[in-house]
Amino acid sequence: METLAMHISNGIINGPVAAVFAAIALAAMAYCVMRGRQDLDDRLAPMAGLVAAFIFAVQMLNFPIFTAGVSGHLLGGALAAMLVGPWVGALCVAVVLVVQALVFGDGGVAMLGLNITNMAVIGIAVAYLLIALLLRVLPRSPTGLAVTAFVAALVSVVVAAMGFVLQYQLGGTTDLGGNLAGLAGTMAVSHLFIGVGEGLITATTVVTVAKVRPDLVYALRALKPAAPVTVPTVGGVR
Amino acid sequence: MTEVGAGHAHLLYRATDSPVHRLPPEAKIAAMVAFTIAVVATPREALWAFGAYALLVAAVAALARVNARWLLLRSTIELPFVLFAVALPFLGAGERVDVAGLHLSVDGLYGAWNIIAKGTLGVWASLLLAATTNTRDLIVGLDRLRCPQILTQIATFMLRYLDVLVGEARRMRVARISRGDDPRFVWQLRGFAAGVGALFLRAFERGERVYLAMLSRGYAGRMPTVWQGTAAATTGQWLIAATVPVLAGTVAATAAVLT
Repeated sequence: METLAMHISNGIINGPVAAVFAAIALAAMAYCVMRGRQDLDDRLAPMAGLVAAFIFAVQMLNFPIFTAGVSGHLLGGALAAMLVGPWVGALCVAVVLVVQALVFGDGGVAMLGLNITNMAVIGIAVAYLLIALLLRVLPRSPTGLAVTAFVAALVSVVVAAMGFVLQYQLGGTTDLGGNLAGLAGTMAVSHLFIGVGEGLITATTVVTVAKVRPDLVYALRALKPAAPVTVPTVGGVR
Repeated sequence: MTEVGAGHAHLLYRATDSPVHRLPPEAKIAAMVAFTIAVVATPREALWAFGAYALLVAAVAALARVNARWLLLRSTIELPFVLFAVALPFLGAGERVDVAGLHLSVDGLYGAWNIIAKGTLGVWASLLLAATTNTRDLIVGLDRLRCPQILTQIATFMLRYLDVLVGEARRMRVARISRGDDPRFVWQLRGFAAGVGALFLRAFERGERVYLAMLSRGYAGRMPTVWQGTAAATTGQWLIAATVPVLAGTVAATAAVLT
């Protein structure tokens, strides 16, 4: 397994823009910490850790997809939003990004605000809004759940990638002139492929978990309280 | 989970003893972040400043007994951004210059240099932190830097479950290959996706049992003091750790004044 850097590294976006997004990310994370504390119970704590570990592992996996210089990767935002909810989910993604930046050199430390805004804030927000919408509209069936997970993952990946394009337009260290549209196009197309892969992984994971332990899927608990949920005694004999 | 109670050393940790290894993690993290910010804030035209930063990195690496080969080999993580940087002189707008028969953008050339120099220095700084700090100390350091407990808790569990997940995934992959599967290109996604749900559930149920065992032994969101490898940083240690970012800050300020 080869590990490559995939988050925005130091020097790609200029200092002032990075600082502005660091402030945005910090404010968003502070709010998530506040809301996440209410969510985090004995069931969610180990799940949050596992989701973070899963995202960490998945981001290390590289699926050889042709991209012209700009690389992409799975984000795991939709999976996190689905299993642990938007608040704890955003924190999980942020933790992954912080650890990657600190000890793996993946994504510059000075660019953390940009990376957290794209993947933990934009990615999770888009994913959870879509999940909330689609779960209400689609039939309450494994297929409905799979479609929800797939669409949320696909769209959130592409939108998060567009977050980078927006940041590059605001504070890219090199003026690309008319080629910025090219960058946007490359990012969109490559992340569309990645989004399909991410959508499939998210859908299969969520459907498997929902079949065996529906009590573990946050989105089903929060958005469909009417659904018959069997809650096994935590830690009991299974 | 065979690694419970062990040092939680990770892939990049170099288990030797050095003055840098002995520094408390919170001081190292703060120094590394401050150093990176100084590097990023440096104007890209001040080429000499980046040479000074590289010397600083080399000095810390020597002190930490991290050899140059390891550092350079691990820097290949940056490769995708180097590729992006190489494309910039061709894509950049504005004034152009002819180099060896190529019509290149001046802004693009500086941009490429900017990404490669700042990116590489940032990667080196985090590699040095990784080489001298194990994951357990990293979390202790974040906790002492007043990182919200919910975050350190997620990070603790993440690092605990990571080895389990990677190990299980590797076993499943070996099992697939030994049964005649040939994972390559995009098609391996299908095989991966088919097993991923099972992998996730198995890892969760294992992790949940560990968590409940921890709760029953008095875990309340923070690991006991005995778990912490080093005592909190003293003023002297903070001052020692501060030398690197202070030097880097001086270089950055000088560079900003000169350009």
